[in-house]
Amino acid sequence: MRKRGVGIAAGFYPMGMSGGGDSSQALVKIQPDGSAVLTVGSCDIGQGCKTVLAQMTAEVLGIDYAQVKVVNDDTDNCPLSFGTFASRVTYVDGKATIAAAENARDILLEVAAQMLEKSPEDLVAADGKISVKDDPDTSLAIGEVAGAATFGMRRLVVGLGHYMRDPATPDPDTGECDPVCSLAWAANLAEVEVDTETGEVEVLRLVSSYDVGKAINPMLTEGQIEGGGAMGVGAALSEQLHPHYPGLEDQPTNLGDYAIPTTMDIPDLESVIYECPSTNGPFGAKGLGEMTANCPAPAIVNAIHDAVGVWLNELPASPERVLRALDEKGGG
Amino acid sequence: MYSLEFTVNGQLCQVAVDLKTTLLEVLRDKLFITSPKVGCNTGDCGTCSVLMNGKLVRSCITNALSAQGKEVTTIEGLAEAGELHPLQEAFHDNYGAQCGFCTPGMILASKALLDENPKPTREEAKEALSGNLCRCTGYGKIIDSVMAAAEQMAQAKS
Repeated sequence: MRKRGVGIAAGFYPMGMSGGGDSSQALVKIQPDGSAVLTVGSCDIGQGCKTVLAQMTAEVLGIDYAQVKVVNDDTDNCPLSFGTFASRVTYVDGKATIAAAENARDILLEVAAQMLEKSPEDLVAADGKISVKDDPDTSLAIGEVAGAATFGMRRLVVGLGHYMRDPATPDPDTGECDPVCSLAWAANLAEVEVDTETGEVEVLRLVSSYDVGKAINPMLTEGQIEGGGAMGVGAALSEQLHPHYPGLEDQPTNLGDYAIPTTMDIPDLESVIYECPSTNGPFGAKGLGEMTANCPAPAIVNAIHDAVGVWLNELPASPERVLRALDEKGGG
Repeated sequence: MYSLEFTVNGQLCQVAVDLKTTLLEVLRDKLFITSPKVGCNTGDCGTCSVLMNGKLVRSCITNALSAQGKEVTTIEGLAEAGELHPLQEAFHDNYGAQCGFCTPGMILASKALLDENPKPTREEAKEALSGNLCRCTGYGKIIDSVMAAAEQMAQAKS
Protein backbone atom coordinates (compact mmCIF):
# COMPACT_ATOMS: atom_id res chain seq x y z
CA MET A 1 0.00 0.00 0.00
CA ARG A 2 1.22 3.51 -0.73
CA LYS A 3 0.70 5.99 2.07
CA ARG A 4 1.15 9.74 1.97
CA GLY A 5 2.48 12.06 4.63
CA VAL A 6 3.60 15.62 5.11
CA GLY A 7 6.52 16.84 7.23
CA ILE A 8 8.03 20.16 8.17
CA ALA A 9 11.52 21.10 9.33
CA ALA A 10 12.90 24.43 10.44
CA GLY A 11 16.49 25.53 10.76
CA PHE A 12 18.93 28.37 11.07
CA TYR A 13 22.43 28.87 9.81
CA PRO A 14 25.22 31.20 10.87
CA MET A 15 27.46 32.25 8.02
CA GLY A 16 31.20 31.57 7.80
CA MET A 17 33.61 30.65 10.54
CA SER A 18 31.57 32.36 13.15
CA GLY A 19 33.63 31.43 16.17
CA GLY A 20 37.10 31.53 14.73
CA GLY A 21 37.67 34.72 12.79
CA ASP A 22 37.00 34.90 9.10
CA SER A 23 38.77 37.14 6.64
CA SER A 24 38.65 38.25 3.03
CA GLN A 25 40.32 41.05 1.13
CA ALA A 26 39.48 42.61 -2.21
CA LEU A 27 40.96 44.95 -4.77
CA VAL A 28 39.02 47.10 -7.22
CA LYS A 29 40.91 48.76 -10.05
CA ILE A 30 39.20 51.32 -12.25
CA GLN A 31 40.42 51.08 -15.82
CA PRO A 32 41.06 54.26 -17.80
CA ASP A 33 37.90 53.54 -19.82
CA GLY A 34 35.72 53.53 -16.72
CA SER A 35 35.29 49.78 -16.44
CA ALA A 36 36.38 47.99 -13.26
CA VAL A 37 38.37 44.89 -12.38
CA LEU A 38 37.59 43.22 -9.07
CA THR A 39 40.20 40.82 -7.73
CA VAL A 40 39.18 38.51 -4.88
CA GLY A 41 40.48 35.22 -3.55
CA SER A 42 37.27 33.20 -3.32
CA CYS A 43 36.69 31.15 -6.43
CA ASP A 44 33.38 30.48 -8.10
CA ILE A 45 32.37 26.82 -7.81
CA GLY A 46 29.15 27.42 -9.72
CA GLN A 47 27.25 29.18 -6.95
CA GLY A 48 27.63 32.44 -8.84
CA CYS A 49 29.90 34.61 -6.70
CA LYS A 50 31.47 36.08 -9.84
CA THR A 51 28.07 37.48 -10.72
CA VAL A 52 27.09 38.55 -7.22
CA LEU A 53 30.38 40.29 -6.45
CA ALA A 54 30.32 42.04 -9.84
CA GLN A 55 26.80 43.26 -9.04
CA MET A 56 27.97 44.68 -5.72
CA THR A 57 30.96 46.41 -7.32
CA ALA A 58 28.76 47.93 -10.03
CA GLU A 59 26.21 49.10 -7.45
CA VAL A 60 28.83 50.93 -5.37
CA LEU A 61 30.62 52.49 -8.34
CA GLY A 62 27.45 53.44 -10.17
CA ILE A 63 28.51 51.65 -13.34
CA ASP A 64 26.88 48.95 -15.43
CA TYR A 65 27.23 45.35 -14.24
CA ALA A 66 28.72 44.34 -17.60
CA GLN A 67 31.55 46.83 -16.98
CA VAL A 68 32.91 44.78 -14.09
CA LYS A 69 35.37 41.98 -14.67
CA VAL A 70 35.98 39.62 -11.76
CA VAL A 71 39.34 37.89 -11.37
CA ASN A 72 39.07 35.17 -8.75
CA ASP A 73 40.73 32.12 -10.13
CA ASP A 74 44.24 32.08 -8.71
CA THR A 75 44.81 32.39 -4.97
CA ASP A 76 48.54 32.99 -5.60
CA ASN A 77 47.77 36.27 -7.30
CA CYS A 78 44.61 37.31 -5.49
CA PRO A 79 44.18 39.06 -2.15
CA LEU A 80 43.71 36.88 0.92
CA SER A 81 40.50 34.95 1.28
CA PHE A 82 39.73 32.04 3.54
CA GLY A 83 37.99 30.41 0.59
CA THR A 84 34.71 29.21 -0.83
CA PHE A 85 32.95 27.29 1.94
CA ALA A 86 30.54 27.77 4.85
CA SER A 87 28.20 29.97 2.80
CA ARG A 88 30.62 32.83 3.42
CA VAL A 89 31.51 34.32 0.04
CA THR A 90 28.53 36.61 -0.57
CA TYR A 91 28.86 37.89 2.98
CA VAL A 92 32.59 38.06 3.74
CA ASP A 93 33.97 38.65 0.24
CA GLY A 94 30.93 40.83 -0.38
CA LYS A 95 31.83 43.08 2.55
CA ALA A 96 35.46 43.26 1.40
CA THR A 97 34.33 43.98 -2.16
CA ILE A 98 32.02 46.79 -1.09
CA ALA A 99 34.81 48.32 1.00
CA ALA A 100 37.24 48.13 -1.94
CA ALA A 101 34.71 49.59 -4.37
CA GLU A 102 33.94 52.43 -1.95
CA ASN A 103 37.65 53.09 -1.62
CA ALA A 104 38.02 53.25 -5.41
CA ARG A 105 34.93 55.47 -5.67
CA ASP A 106 36.47 57.86 -3.13
CA ILE A 107 39.54 58.25 -5.34
CA LEU A 108 37.31 58.91 -8.36
CA LEU A 109 35.33 61.51 -6.44
CA GLU A 110 38.52 63.19 -5.31
CA VAL A 111 39.84 63.39 -8.88
CA ALA A 112 36.49 64.54 -10.24
CA ALA A 113 36.32 67.20 -7.52
CA GLN A 114 39.64 68.54 -8.73
CA MET A 115 38.43 68.56 -12.34
CA LEU A 116 35.11 70.24 -11.52
CA GLU A 117 36.55 72.52 -8.86
CA LYS A 118 34.16 71.15 -6.26
CA SER A 119 34.53 69.30 -3.01
CA PRO A 120 34.26 65.44 -3.11
CA GLU A 121 31.31 65.59 -0.68
CA ASP A 122 29.31 67.53 -3.26
CA LEU A 123 29.61 64.73 -5.82
CA VAL A 124 27.80 61.48 -6.43
CA ALA A 125 28.65 58.46 -8.61
CA ALA A 126 25.69 56.95 -10.47
CA ASP A 127 24.66 55.83 -13.96
CA GLY A 128 28.25 55.74 -15.18
CA LYS A 129 28.78 59.40 -14.27
CA ILE A 130 30.08 61.52 -11.46
CA SER A 131 27.80 64.48 -11.07
CA VAL A 132 27.28 67.42 -8.75
CA LYS A 133 24.55 66.63 -6.21
CA ASP A 134 22.53 69.81 -6.56
CA ASP A 135 23.47 70.41 -10.17
CA PRO A 136 23.06 67.02 -11.92
CA ASP A 137 23.73 68.54 -15.35
CA THR A 138 27.33 69.17 -14.36
CA SER A 139 28.89 65.75 -14.65
CA LEU A 140 31.81 63.74 -15.95
CA ALA A 141 31.70 60.21 -17.32
CA ILE A 142 33.51 57.83 -14.97
CA GLY A 143 35.77 56.85 -17.87
CA GLU A 144 36.70 60.49 -18.34
CA VAL A 145 37.64 60.79 -14.67
CA ALA A 146 39.54 57.51 -14.58
CA GLY A 147 41.32 58.36 -17.81
CA ALA A 148 42.35 61.80 -16.53
CA ALA A 149 43.51 60.28 -13.25
CA THR A 150 45.52 57.54 -14.93
CA PHE A 151 47.13 59.48 -17.76
CA GLY A 152 46.96 63.12 -16.65
CA MET A 153 47.44 62.96 -12.91
CA ARG A 154 49.54 59.79 -12.86
CA ARG A 155 47.26 58.21 -10.29
CA LEU A 156 46.44 54.56 -10.02
CA VAL A 157 42.72 54.28 -9.23
CA VAL A 158 42.78 51.23 -7.01
CA GLY A 159 40.52 50.61 -4.04
CA LEU A 160 41.47 48.20 -1.27
CA GLY A 161 38.95 46.51 0.99
CA HIS A 162 39.13 44.13 3.86
CA TYR A 163 36.65 42.39 6.09
CA MET A 164 37.56 40.37 9.13
CA ARG A 165 35.26 39.01 11.72
CA ASP A 166 37.23 38.82 14.95
CA PRO A 167 37.39 35.45 16.70
CA ALA A 168 34.68 35.20 19.33
CA THR A 169 36.18 35.20 22.83
CA PRO A 170 33.89 33.69 25.43
CA ASP A 171 33.60 35.50 28.77
CA PRO A 172 35.55 33.22 31.17
CA ASP A 173 32.84 33.43 33.85
CA THR A 174 29.65 33.16 31.86
CA GLY A 175 30.78 31.71 28.53
CA GLU A 176 28.91 34.54 26.85
CA CYS A 177 30.21 35.54 23.43
CA ASP A 178 29.04 36.81 20.08
CA PRO A 179 30.07 34.12 17.61
CA VAL A 180 27.49 34.73 14.90
CA CYS A 181 27.72 37.32 12.09
CA SER A 182 24.30 36.76 10.64
CA LEU A 183 21.60 34.18 11.13
CA ALA A 184 19.63 32.91 8.17
CA TRP A 185 16.40 31.04 8.81
CA ALA A 186 14.70 28.21 6.99
CA ALA A 187 11.52 26.19 6.78
CA ASN A 188 11.04 23.17 4.53
CA LEU A 189 7.92 21.21 3.77
CA ALA A 190 8.03 17.74 2.26
CA GLU A 191 5.26 15.53 1.00
CA VAL A 192 6.15 11.87 0.50
CA GLU A 193 4.58 8.61 -0.51
CA VAL A 194 5.81 5.49 1.26
CA ASP A 195 5.35 2.06 -0.28
CA THR A 196 4.72 -0.20 2.70
CA GLU A 197 5.55 -3.33 0.70
CA THR A 198 8.89 -2.26 -0.72
CA GLY A 199 9.88 0.41 1.78
CA GLU A 200 10.54 2.89 -1.01
CA VAL A 201 9.94 6.56 -0.32
CA GLU A 202 9.09 8.97 -3.10
CA VAL A 203 9.29 12.72 -2.53
CA LEU A 204 6.24 14.22 -4.22
CA ARG A 205 6.80 17.79 -3.20
CA LEU A 206 9.52 19.81 -1.51
CA VAL A 207 8.89 23.44 -0.68
CA SER A 208 11.99 25.20 0.58
CA SER A 209 11.73 28.60 2.17
CA TYR A 210 14.79 30.60 3.18
CA ASP A 211 15.38 33.95 4.79
CA VAL A 212 18.38 35.09 2.77
CA GLY A 213 18.47 38.63 4.08
CA LYS A 214 18.63 40.03 0.59
CA ALA A 215 18.66 37.99 -2.61
CA ILE A 216 21.43 39.86 -4.43
CA ASN A 217 20.57 37.81 -7.51
CA PRO A 218 17.20 36.04 -7.14
CA MET A 219 17.80 33.60 -10.00
CA LEU A 220 21.10 32.42 -8.48
CA THR A 221 19.47 32.30 -5.06
CA GLU A 222 16.79 30.01 -6.43
CA GLY A 223 19.47 27.88 -8.06
CA GLN A 224 21.20 27.45 -4.71
CA ILE A 225 17.94 26.54 -2.99
CA GLU A 226 16.99 23.98 -5.63
CA GLY A 227 20.46 22.45 -5.72
CA GLY A 228 20.52 22.11 -1.95
CA GLY A 229 17.01 20.65 -2.08
CA ALA A 230 18.18 17.87 -4.38
CA MET A 231 21.24 17.19 -2.22
CA GLY A 232 18.94 17.02 0.79
CA VAL A 233 16.70 14.48 -0.92
CA GLY A 234 19.80 12.40 -1.66
CA ALA A 235 20.97 12.64 1.94
CA ALA A 236 17.50 11.66 3.14
CA LEU A 237 16.89 8.69 0.90
CA SER A 238 19.85 7.26 -0.96
CA GLU A 239 23.33 8.56 -0.22
CA GLN A 240 25.38 6.47 2.16
CA LEU A 241 29.13 6.60 2.68
CA HIS A 242 29.42 3.88 5.33
CA PRO A 243 26.70 1.24 5.01
CA HIS A 244 27.96 -0.66 8.10
CA TYR A 245 29.08 2.27 10.21
CA PRO A 246 31.07 2.22 12.50
CA GLY A 247 32.49 -0.56 10.30
CA LEU A 248 34.07 0.91 7.18
CA GLU A 249 33.63 -2.03 4.83
CA ASP A 250 31.59 -1.97 1.63
CA GLN A 251 32.13 1.72 1.06
CA PRO A 252 30.76 2.86 -2.27
CA THR A 253 33.57 3.42 -4.74
CA ASN A 254 31.67 4.80 -7.71
CA LEU A 255 28.56 6.75 -8.63
CA GLY A 256 26.70 3.52 -9.32
CA ASP A 257 26.95 2.50 -5.66
CA TYR A 258 26.76 5.97 -4.17
CA ALA A 259 23.35 6.91 -5.47
CA ILE A 260 22.96 10.65 -5.88
CA PRO A 261 19.50 11.67 -7.09
CA THR A 262 18.75 11.69 -10.82
CA THR A 263 16.11 13.71 -12.66
CA MET A 264 13.65 10.92 -11.84
CA ASP A 265 14.13 11.18 -8.07
CA ILE A 266 13.51 14.89 -7.66
CA PRO A 267 10.08 16.48 -7.92
CA ASP A 268 9.74 19.97 -9.37
CA LEU A 269 11.22 21.86 -6.43
CA GLU A 270 9.50 24.94 -5.08
CA SER A 271 11.62 27.76 -3.67
CA VAL A 272 10.41 30.60 -1.52
CA ILE A 273 12.79 33.52 -0.97
CA TYR A 274 12.14 35.54 2.16
CA GLU A 275 14.09 38.72 2.77
CA CYS A 276 14.61 39.93 6.31
CA PRO A 277 17.73 42.06 5.91
CA SER A 278 20.79 41.35 8.01
CA THR A 279 21.77 44.43 10.00
CA ASN A 280 25.44 44.03 9.05
CA GLY A 281 25.50 41.98 5.82
CA PRO A 282 26.39 43.36 2.37
CA PHE A 283 23.19 45.09 1.19
CA GLY A 284 21.46 43.07 3.94
CA ALA A 285 22.49 39.65 2.55
CA LYS A 286 23.11 36.57 4.71
CA GLY A 287 24.79 33.25 3.97
CA LEU A 288 22.53 30.76 2.21
CA GLY A 289 24.33 27.97 0.35
CA GLU A 290 25.04 25.28 2.87
CA MET A 291 21.81 25.38 4.83
CA THR A 292 19.78 24.51 1.75
CA ALA A 293 21.09 20.95 1.93
CA ASN A 294 20.38 20.57 5.65
CA CYS A 295 16.64 21.06 5.97
CA PRO A 296 15.12 18.62 3.45
CA ALA A 297 16.17 15.42 5.27
CA PRO A 298 14.42 16.18 8.60
CA ALA A 299 11.33 17.36 6.70
CA ILE A 300 11.30 14.10 4.73
CA VAL A 301 11.82 11.96 7.86
CA ASN A 302 8.92 13.79 9.53
CA ALA A 303 6.80 13.19 6.44
CA ILE A 304 7.61 9.46 6.57
CA HIS A 305 6.45 9.43 10.19
CA ASP A 306 3.28 11.22 9.20
CA ALA A 307 2.68 8.63 6.45
CA VAL A 308 3.39 5.36 8.24
CA GLY A 309 4.00 6.21 11.90
CA VAL A 310 7.65 5.16 12.21
CA TRP A 311 10.66 7.29 13.07
CA LEU A 312 13.78 6.79 10.97
CA ASN A 313 16.62 7.82 13.23
CA GLU A 314 19.40 6.99 10.79
CA LEU A 315 19.94 8.34 7.31
CA PRO A 316 19.46 7.52 4.58
CA ALA A 317 15.90 6.29 5.01
CA SER A 318 16.61 3.40 2.65
CA PRO A 319 13.89 0.89 1.73
CA GLU A 320 15.58 -1.63 4.03
CA ARG A 321 15.48 0.71 7.01
CA VAL A 322 11.89 1.72 6.34
CA LEU A 323 10.82 -1.95 6.12
CA ARG A 324 12.69 -2.87 9.31
CA ALA A 325 11.05 0.03 11.12
CA LEU A 326 7.64 -1.03 9.83
CA ASP A 327 8.31 -4.64 10.90
CA GLU A 328 9.27 -3.49 14.37
CA LYS A 329 6.10 -1.48 14.63
CA GLY A 330 4.09 -4.47 13.46
CA GLY A 331 3.36 -3.78 9.84
CA GLY A 332 2.37 -0.68 7.87
CA MET B 1 48.41 0.26 -32.81
CA TYR B 2 45.46 0.80 -35.12
CA SER B 3 44.45 3.74 -37.20
CA LEU B 4 41.14 5.31 -36.28
CA GLU B 5 39.60 7.57 -38.88
CA PHE B 6 36.47 9.43 -37.96
CA THR B 7 34.83 12.83 -38.13
CA VAL B 8 34.73 15.08 -35.10
CA ASN B 9 32.53 18.16 -35.32
CA GLY B 10 32.76 18.03 -39.10
CA GLN B 11 36.52 17.56 -39.26
CA LEU B 12 38.13 14.38 -40.48
CA CYS B 13 40.61 13.04 -37.93
CA GLN B 14 43.13 10.24 -37.97
CA VAL B 15 44.45 8.96 -34.68
CA ALA B 16 46.61 5.99 -33.64
CA VAL B 17 44.86 3.98 -30.92
CA ASP B 18 45.25 0.59 -29.31
CA LEU B 19 42.52 -1.92 -28.58
CA LYS B 20 41.83 -0.55 -25.13
CA THR B 21 41.74 3.18 -25.93
CA THR B 22 38.38 4.73 -25.16
CA LEU B 23 36.67 7.36 -27.26
CA LEU B 24 36.97 9.76 -24.30
CA GLU B 25 40.75 9.30 -24.22
CA VAL B 26 40.98 10.01 -27.94
CA LEU B 27 38.88 13.15 -27.66
CA ARG B 28 40.61 14.58 -24.60
CA ASP B 29 44.18 13.35 -24.78
CA LYS B 30 44.80 13.12 -28.56
CA LEU B 31 42.47 15.77 -29.98
CA PHE B 32 42.45 18.08 -26.92
CA ILE B 33 38.68 18.42 -26.96
CA THR B 34 38.06 18.70 -23.24
CA SER B 35 34.32 19.32 -23.08
CA PRO B 36 33.56 15.63 -22.51
CA LYS B 37 34.54 15.26 -18.84
CA VAL B 38 36.13 12.40 -16.96
CA GLY B 39 33.48 12.24 -14.27
CA CYS B 40 33.22 8.71 -12.91
CA ASN B 41 34.93 6.95 -15.85
CA THR B 42 32.61 4.01 -15.21
CA GLY B 43 29.59 5.01 -17.30
CA ASP B 44 27.50 6.12 -14.33
CA CYS B 45 27.43 9.92 -14.50
CA GLY B 46 27.05 10.98 -18.13
CA THR B 47 29.52 13.88 -18.09
CA CYS B 48 31.47 12.27 -20.96
CA SER B 49 28.39 12.04 -23.21
CA VAL B 50 28.90 12.74 -26.91
CA LEU B 51 26.84 12.08 -30.01
CA MET B 52 27.99 9.32 -32.35
CA ASN B 53 26.06 9.35 -35.64
CA GLY B 54 23.46 11.36 -33.73
CA LYS B 55 23.05 8.83 -30.92
CA LEU B 56 24.03 9.63 -27.35
CA VAL B 57 26.97 7.53 -26.10
CA ARG B 58 29.12 7.59 -23.01
CA SER B 59 32.55 8.11 -24.44
CA CYS B 60 34.30 6.76 -21.32
CA ILE B 61 32.96 3.26 -21.94
CA THR B 62 32.94 3.44 -25.73
CA ASN B 63 35.84 1.75 -27.44
CA ALA B 64 37.55 4.27 -29.68
CA LEU B 65 37.62 1.90 -32.65
CA SER B 66 33.83 1.65 -32.59
CA ALA B 67 33.86 5.24 -33.89
CA GLN B 68 35.63 4.08 -37.07
CA GLY B 69 34.17 5.98 -40.02
CA LYS B 70 31.53 7.62 -37.87
CA GLU B 71 30.60 11.18 -36.99
CA VAL B 72 31.15 12.34 -33.45
CA THR B 73 29.69 15.59 -32.12
CA THR B 74 30.81 17.29 -28.92
CA ILE B 75 29.45 20.54 -27.51
CA GLU B 76 32.06 22.42 -29.56
CA GLY B 77 30.25 21.24 -32.70
CA LEU B 78 26.83 22.62 -31.75
CA ALA B 79 27.25 26.31 -32.47
CA GLU B 80 27.01 27.14 -36.15
CA ALA B 81 28.78 30.14 -37.71
CA GLY B 82 29.26 31.70 -34.30
CA GLU B 83 25.55 31.33 -33.43
CA LEU B 84 24.78 29.32 -30.31
CA HIS B 85 22.45 26.36 -30.69
CA PRO B 86 18.96 27.08 -29.23
CA LEU B 87 19.74 24.56 -26.47
CA GLN B 88 22.87 26.48 -25.52
CA GLU B 89 20.87 29.74 -25.53
CA ALA B 90 18.17 28.17 -23.39
CA PHE B 91 20.62 26.77 -20.82
CA HIS B 92 22.15 30.22 -20.63
CA ASP B 93 18.85 32.07 -20.29
CA ASN B 94 17.30 29.67 -17.78
CA TYR B 95 20.38 29.23 -15.56
CA GLY B 96 20.58 25.56 -16.54
CA ALA B 97 24.23 25.37 -15.48
CA GLN B 98 25.92 26.12 -12.20
CA CYS B 99 29.43 24.68 -11.98
CA GLY B 100 29.17 23.59 -15.62
CA PHE B 101 30.77 20.17 -15.25
CA CYS B 102 27.69 18.22 -16.36
CA THR B 103 26.55 20.85 -18.86
CA PRO B 104 28.16 19.60 -22.11
CA GLY B 105 26.72 16.13 -21.46
CA MET B 106 23.35 17.54 -20.45
CA ILE B 107 23.06 19.63 -23.61
CA LEU B 108 24.09 16.74 -25.87
CA ALA B 109 21.63 14.41 -24.13
CA SER B 110 18.98 17.09 -24.64
CA LYS B 111 19.90 17.38 -28.32
CA ALA B 112 19.59 13.62 -28.75
CA LEU B 113 16.14 13.85 -27.17
CA LEU B 114 14.91 16.80 -29.25
CA ASP B 115 16.24 15.27 -32.49
CA GLU B 116 14.01 12.27 -31.84
CA ASN B 117 11.15 13.92 -30.02
CA PRO B 118 10.96 17.65 -30.78
CA LYS B 119 8.03 18.23 -28.42
CA PRO B 120 8.72 16.21 -25.29
CA THR B 121 6.60 16.43 -22.16
CA ARG B 122 8.38 17.47 -18.96
CA GLU B 123 8.30 13.83 -17.84
CA GLU B 124 9.86 12.67 -21.11
CA ALA B 125 12.60 15.28 -20.77
CA LYS B 126 13.31 14.10 -17.23
CA GLU B 127 13.51 10.51 -18.40
CA ALA B 128 15.83 11.37 -21.28
CA LEU B 129 18.25 13.15 -18.93
CA SER B 130 18.03 10.59 -16.13
CA GLY B 131 21.43 9.13 -17.06
CA ASN B 132 23.18 12.47 -16.65
CA LEU B 133 23.94 13.40 -13.05
CA CYS B 134 24.02 16.97 -11.79
CA ARG B 135 25.01 17.91 -8.26
CA CYS B 136 24.37 21.66 -8.32
CA THR B 137 21.07 22.55 -9.91
CA GLY B 138 18.48 20.12 -8.57
CA TYR B 139 17.62 19.57 -12.26
CA GLY B 140 14.60 21.91 -12.34
CA LYS B 141 16.28 24.65 -14.32
CA ILE B 142 17.90 22.10 -16.64
CA ILE B 143 14.48 20.69 -17.52
CA ASP B 144 13.16 24.27 -17.87
CA SER B 145 15.99 24.91 -20.35
CA VAL B 146 15.15 21.85 -22.45
CA MET B 147 11.47 22.76 -22.56
CA ALA B 148 12.31 26.37 -23.51
CA ALA B 149 14.63 25.19 -26.29
CA ALA B 150 11.98 22.81 -27.64
CA GLU B 151 9.50 25.68 -27.73
CA GLN B 152 12.01 27.97 -29.41
CA MET B 153 12.98 25.41 -32.04
CA ALA B 154 9.30 24.66 -32.81
CA GLN B 155 8.65 28.39 -33.30
CA ALA B 156 11.69 28.80 -35.52
CA LYS B 157 10.42 25.97 -37.75
CA SER B 158 6.90 27.29 -38.17
